[in-house]
Amino acid sequence: MTDHVLTYMTFFPLAGMVAVLLLPRDNHNLIRWTSVVFTIPPLLLAVWLYRAFDPNNPGLQFIEKVPWIPGYNIQYFVGVDGISISMVLLTALLSFICIFASWGIDKGVKGYYALFLLLDTGMMGVFVALDFFLFYIFWEVMLLPMYFLIGIWGGPRREYAAIKFFLYTLFGSVLMLLAILALYFSSDPHTFDMTQLIAQSAKYSTKTIGIWPFDHLRWGFQHVVWMALFIGFAIKIPAFPFHTWLPDAHVEAPTAISVILAGILLKMGAYGILRINYPMLPQATADLAYVFLAALGTWNIIYGALCAMAQKDFKKLVAYSSVSHMGYVMLGMASFTPQGINGAVLQMFNHGTITGMLFLMVGVIYDRAHHRDIEGFGGLAAVMPVYTGISALAIFASMGLPGLSGFISEVLVLLGTWQKYPVLTALAATGVILTAGYLLWTVQRVYLGMTNEKYKLMPEINARELFTMIPLGIIVIIVGVYPTVVLDLLRATLTQLNQVIVPHLS
Amino acid sequence: MDLDNLASLDYFYPEIILTGTILLVIFLDLVIKNKRVIGALSILGCLASLGATLQLYGGPSGFLFHRMMVLDNFSLFFKVVALAAAILVLWMSFSSREVASLHQGEYATILLSSALGMFFMASATNLLMAYLSLEMVSITSYILTGFLPRNRRSSEAALKYLIYGGVASGAMIYGMSWIFGITASLDYGQIHTALFQSGPNRLPIFIALTLILAGFGYKIVFVPFHMWSPDVYQGAPTPFTAFLSVASNAAGVAILLRFFFTVSETARDGSWLYLQGVEWPQVLLVVSMITMTLGNLSALSQQNLKRMLAYSGIAHAGYILMGLVALNTEGLQAMLFYIVVYLIMNLGAFLVVVLVANATGKEEIEGYRGLAWRGSAVPAVAMAIFMFSLTGLPPLAGFVGKFFLFAAVIKQQLYLLALVAVANSVISLYYYARVVKVMFLDFPEPSDGRVELNPSAATLLGLLSAMTLVLGIYWGPLVAFTSQSVKFFTK
Repeated sequence: MTDHVLTYMTFFPLAGMVAVLLLPRDNHNLIRWTSVVFTIPPLLLAVWLYRAFDPNNPGLQFIEKVPWIPGYNIQYFVGVDGISISMVLLTALLSFICIFASWGIDKGVKGYYALFLLLDTGMMGVFVALDFFLFYIFWEVMLLPMYFLIGIWGGPRREYAAIKFFLYTLFGSVLMLLAILALYFSSDPHTFDMTQLIAQSAKYSTKTIGIWPFDHLRWGFQHVVWMALFIGFAIKIPAFPFHTWLPDAHVEAPTAISVILAGILLKMGAYGILRINYPMLPQATADLAYVFLAALGTWNIIYGALCAMAQKDFKKLVAYSSVSHMGYVMLGMASFTPQGINGAVLQMFNHGTITGMLFLMVGVIYDRAHHRDIEGFGGLAAVMPVYTGISALAIFASMGLPGLSGFISEVLVLLGTWQKYPVLTALAATGVILTAGYLLWTVQRVYLGMTNEKYKLMPEINARELFTMIPLGIIVIIVGVYPTVVLDLLRATLTQLNQVIVPHLS
Repeated sequence: MDLDNLASLDYFYPEIILTGTILLVIFLDLVIKNKRVIGALSILGCLASLGATLQLYGGPSGFLFHRMMVLDNFSLFFKVVALAAAILVLWMSFSSREVASLHQGEYATILLSSALGMFFMASATNLLMAYLSLEMVSITSYILTGFLPRNRRSSEAALKYLIYGGVASGAMIYGMSWIFGITASLDYGQIHTALFQSGPNRLPIFIALTLILAGFGYKIVFVPFHMWSPDVYQGAPTPFTAFLSVASNAAGVAILLRFFFTVSETARDGSWLYLQGVEWPQVLLVVSMITMTLGNLSALSQQNLKRMLAYSGIAHAGYILMGLVALNTEGLQAMLFYIVVYLIMNLGAFLVVVLVANATGKEEIEGYRGLAWRGSAVPAVAMAIFMFSLTGLPPLAGFVGKFFLFAAVIKQQLYLLALVAVANSVISLYYYARVVKVMFLDFPEPSDGRVELNPSAATLLGLLSAMTLVLGIYWGPLVAFTSQSVKFFTK
């Protein structure tokens, strides 16, 4: 079993989908529990993987490699390293939790869980795939279930949100496909194997443009490919100006799907850049990172925070806070310092857990009040003390309160970038203040103050809802106090990755 | 191998069997009451012919009937495609109420004759033969388009088809007369030699080739010879529309490739070198980009699903042409691969159209409202698979087809074409997803009829959707088949 641990983790949910499809349509609980049963093994395997992963080995581990389409050198090639391990763990955990968070779905239950499990396979596949073709297949496989999950089970404007998400992402991924093909035909022998493409990365030549005002700007094949890949990934992150699908999708999606979107799908953009752009196109990365990652990331932080502050809809506020927080990831990885890049990946992990909690938190009151208007609540702390307590944990973690996980990653990012881009770091730090502003203001409006008469009798958070939030809360505290549990997994690989880029900086 | 008339017959069994089936069907139609037998018999005849074709595949190749036709893997490939389309369409016709109201014997006869014409289109190596085979396919198509009795739309479509067809084939035969005037030959091989020895002024050759392209373009449905297609698709009986959309297109590609191969030379690495001064690849490059863009943009606003599929067919013709523009072996292989994939997914889509039209009498997209929640969800799920496959999303067959086409184009560094093509894929998602949206995201009203599946239609639907899925994950054998098939016999 341990030889094929990643394959099992990826395809267990797919087997679950088949199982769910064979169940009778009307037995909702059977379908739900079957889905639980098929997401437990990946979770247990994830725990085992965490124990067995060798943090001192910067290379790929748990590799499986089987030829798939020999004529085109396409392989089934999976493995994990420090870039992907935290994402794999996060995916296994959030998928499991979201099965429970979806318990309230009672329309088309069978279809919902079948699609959810398919989505699960697609997500896990993206993080473990090391063959470019396989990566692309998994990347696209996620789109279809996501479209249906938002489009069928979403809110009032679900159709608009679903197709917008679909079109944006497909636009990005077809550009990526062209980039993949360009890399394939430039490699010798032609290959989709990421490790081999990385090994050949030195050969792409560049020249300076030499025309004012771009006298010293380098440009070449790898820069074009970098941009095509970057647009594909930036749409997923989502980086300004490609972020507009995100608030729509988040607001319309059911709670569990929002959690998956924010917790896992957004990470794929940043993951793709680290996995592909960085090692495969190091010169272009060194040349373009300042503008497209660092500056754009800073802009994301501030713009996202300002947008969040202006929102009246609780869920949209959380959605824009994601835009803001993903900015730290972009900024951190553009710093090319060990702290910055480690902070970026840790921020990816932390954002997944924290934002997951935030969306679950919004889901709890939405299920009770059937609206998400921030102004429409008030004084919930008196009515629902337990709920308020766990919400406060999520909100403070998101704010970056010391002792909670968000603090560690943001500080690492700012520490790392300060050495390279002091001005941008100063600007990004104002984002911290803005974040505190909109979150505290929200706490004040929703949880504190006079209790709204309408919600005097609102029932307290129930056991199932607590069960979805508590594991994330525990992780938030553990990582906040002792970040080494995650950082250790990342360090070796990221340090090596950083060393690939540093010589290209000029 | 260059065989005379009598010796050629040994390699002519597929055609002989098909002709025999046609004659038998005509006779049996007069004596048999149960018309389902006729359909079954036609399918059996096609299967027998398919067996004979596969028997010849990979065997010796050569000229037949004094260089009128050629036997090679390339022609056999297209015969397989024509037969597969005929079999699937006849099968589909069993479930169609529309077809049930027609004269079964005549319907089957004309359909099989059309397939026979496609056989000749695939193997013609003489301008005369090419023209005759093209007309044979055209005339049978006109008849079947106008086959619905007392249906104005059907009659109008047939007339429109006929007029456009007449213009296009007139242009083509005019171009052929120029070629004959320049080279003094109708034989492809001699034309090739004469053209490559011709003087530096090659403008007349270019004009002649462009005129001939009109005739082929009318069959493949590329811009500006596409105007007939939406009306014909909408007016013709749906199973025949399905046949037209895949088989006629494929036969057009066959005749186009064979003819333009003779006006090119093969380089050592298998890529094509075109006749200097006759820039037809550039013409096709522009045509391809315009065709896919216009097809997709027009499809966006269609309300009738058959019309939408017509415009999507135009767009797909544009995609397929990319393979020829690339002028390399990968491109040709990708074209053949795409033709097979397109056959499967497009026939599947039309089968769902037939089933829904049976239940509701509607062909408008609105008639698909909440299809997933009306009776069996199988047609809706299958339709979603076909729609997303037509968009080119993995892990479905349509993606692999597009992947190979893009790969061929990128290899030739035609980046603009590749960009236009991927932009088109994104546009096409919008209208394909609209069908899916209507089926899954909208809810039916009580007045919407339930869609029932009979066992024969269910089997066919299952087969087509399973193939769409399987070819998206494991396409090795099909690639092997297409790479075997890109072999032209010339000497």
